[in-house]
Amino acid sequence: MTKRLMRGSHVLGEAAVRAGCRFYFGYPITPQNEVPEYMSARLLEVGGTFVQAESEVASINMVMGASMAGARVMTTSSSPGISLKQEGISYLAGLELPAVIANMMRGGPGLGNIAPAQGDYFQATRGGGHGDYRCIVLAPASCQELCDLTFRAFDLADKYRNPVMILGDGMMGQMMEPVEFPEPIDPASLPAKDWILTGAAGRPQRTILSLLLDPKVLEAHNYKLTRKYDAITRDEQDWETYLCDDARLVVVAFGTAARIAKGAIKRVRALGVKVGLFRPKTLWPFPYQPLGELARATRHLLAFEMNSGQMVEDVRLAVCGQGEVHFYGRPGGVIPTPDEVAHQISHYYYGAGLDQAAAVARRA
Amino acid sequence: MKKVFSKPQSLKPTVMHYCPGCGHSIIHRLVAEAIDQLGIQERTIGVPPAGCAVLAYNYFDVDMGEAPHGRALAVATGLKRVQPDKVVFTYQGDGDIAAIGTAETIHAANRGEKLTAIFVNNGTYGMTGGQMAPTTLVGMGSTTTPQGRNPDRDGTPLDLTQMLAVAKGSVFLERVAVNSPKNIKRAAAAIKKAFQVQLDGLGFALVEVLSMCPTNWKMEPVKALEWIDQTMTQVFPLGVIKDQTGYDSKGETA
Repeated sequence: MTKRLMRGSHVLGEAAVRAGCRFYFGYPITPQNEVPEYMSARLLEVGGTFVQAESEVASINMVMGASMAGARVMTTSSSPGISLKQEGISYLAGLELPAVIANMMRGGPGLGNIAPAQGDYFQATRGGGHGDYRCIVLAPASCQELCDLTFRAFDLADKYRNPVMILGDGMMGQMMEPVEFPEPIDPASLPAKDWILTGAAGRPQRTILSLLLDPKVLEAHNYKLTRKYDAITRDEQDWETYLCDDARLVVVAFGTAARIAKGAIKRVRALGVKVGLFRPKTLWPFPYQPLGELARATRHLLAFEMNSGQMVEDVRLAVCGQGEVHFYGRPGGVIPTPDEVAHQISHYYYGAGLDQAAAVARRA
Repeated sequence: MKKVFSKPQSLKPTVMHYCPGCGHSIIHRLVAEAIDQLGIQERTIGVPPAGCAVLAYNYFDVDMGEAPHGRALAVATGLKRVQPDKVVFTYQGDGDIAAIGTAETIHAANRGEKLTAIFVNNGTYGMTGGQMAPTTLVGMGSTTTPQGRNPDRDGTPLDLTQMLAVAKGSVFLERVAVNSPKNIKRAAAAIKKAFQVQLDGLGFALVEVLSMCPTNWKMEPVKALEWIDQTMTQVFPLGVIKDQTGYDSKGETA
């Protein structure tokens, strides 16, 4: 299998098609216009359907209908557009409909700007829509991982009948890297879904609904969803650790920020700074337990994000008071350099005296 | 003995929740009769609105998929694009289709989606308790126009169906009413034709049905029937608004 040099937006589209997605509904917004552009041409080649909707609101509702009809379906957008899709994402969760939504984040709030940012962490992981629900959130940090996690997103969506969000950013959409794609999946080979709307031929009428007027019935539905979310939390957490074995300080970062952090860690490691990286690949479910164990061993964490401090709240929940959690972030679409982050790491590392032998003793 | 009248097969044997004198139950029946007559019960998928007819899935004996308020035609677009051999219809009130869902409606029509929309116009937000609708008449009282709809403050009634006529993708648009046996017969024919348009793959079809809401109009049911003839049809005249089907007058394919 040869590698192909592609930009992230095209990787996302190609991976979706190879994962069996034949339906895409979207609306233009920078910095992810290359996704609908790619899908408009690529889906023609495979007999799929591309609709440029009149709005993000319409496109997520088209996704809803296509999912009810049993299709693997995707929509993509960037921050302000994802805000508009939140109503639909709440319905997808309530109706238990699989769908893949990619957010190539840009600076906010409001119209913000079109530079890469990570300001939608709260929205993605806390549920930007109304009601008691969870959205599975995957955070790739390279084009290859974007490809792999897109496949995983469609599988998870179908497995749990739940919306899955791929949380990238404008940088991931624009950068070009070599990618090795898995063999394409024939949509006809996917397991049949026994809950979809096909017309009631030879079976009783079927309704897909989220209106449950009796509080006891809705409570039972909420508990059913909760059990599903518990199973996802138990089985689907994913993360990467990098140079953590001897680390006296662990940087926690996701996506593009994690990539920058790796560059910074390489720089300071060359100077003898014992620092590692913990990178959550699933932002929901967040890998609280493995990060907590790491925190108990190292006692010093530095959350680094391209926002003014969002994931750091999950880091604190993971650490649960058993370590020091510091934060460094750059909001507004500013892309920090590895040197800048290396400086922050060094500043904290030496400031806390982690280079002293006593630091190691404290760990024991 | 020959059976001359029965419940449509596409309606479940369920008591409806609608208020006395409401037109929804009649319109449900007409839609179900059209589905029966065309023999499409086993390939029809309905999309109910948010509004009084949200519980339509309790009544129609066909597959049903619930849409957020106003988004029925976007949801229906997704359903139909995945399963083009199925018959997909939406059933929407005036607030759903002509206020919050205006964009979805116009663009579904403009794309020429092969869908059938049943648009129930009773000039009020029934389910939420009688607030002003986009179709509320000037001077008509509502819980949010206590002194009557004032054009300076509230604008004037929106004629959505006329707006849809300029969209190239709409091929059949008709406004009917269910306030008299004569009008009900016309409504039945229009609804059946709107399904036939989809079966023939011609494009977007919509039937606007003027319907009574005695509860929120604060009228006796009989007075509500008369009010449609005397007042509502002055603003929303009955008749074919657009017909590019090429069918003859009996609604059959030419």
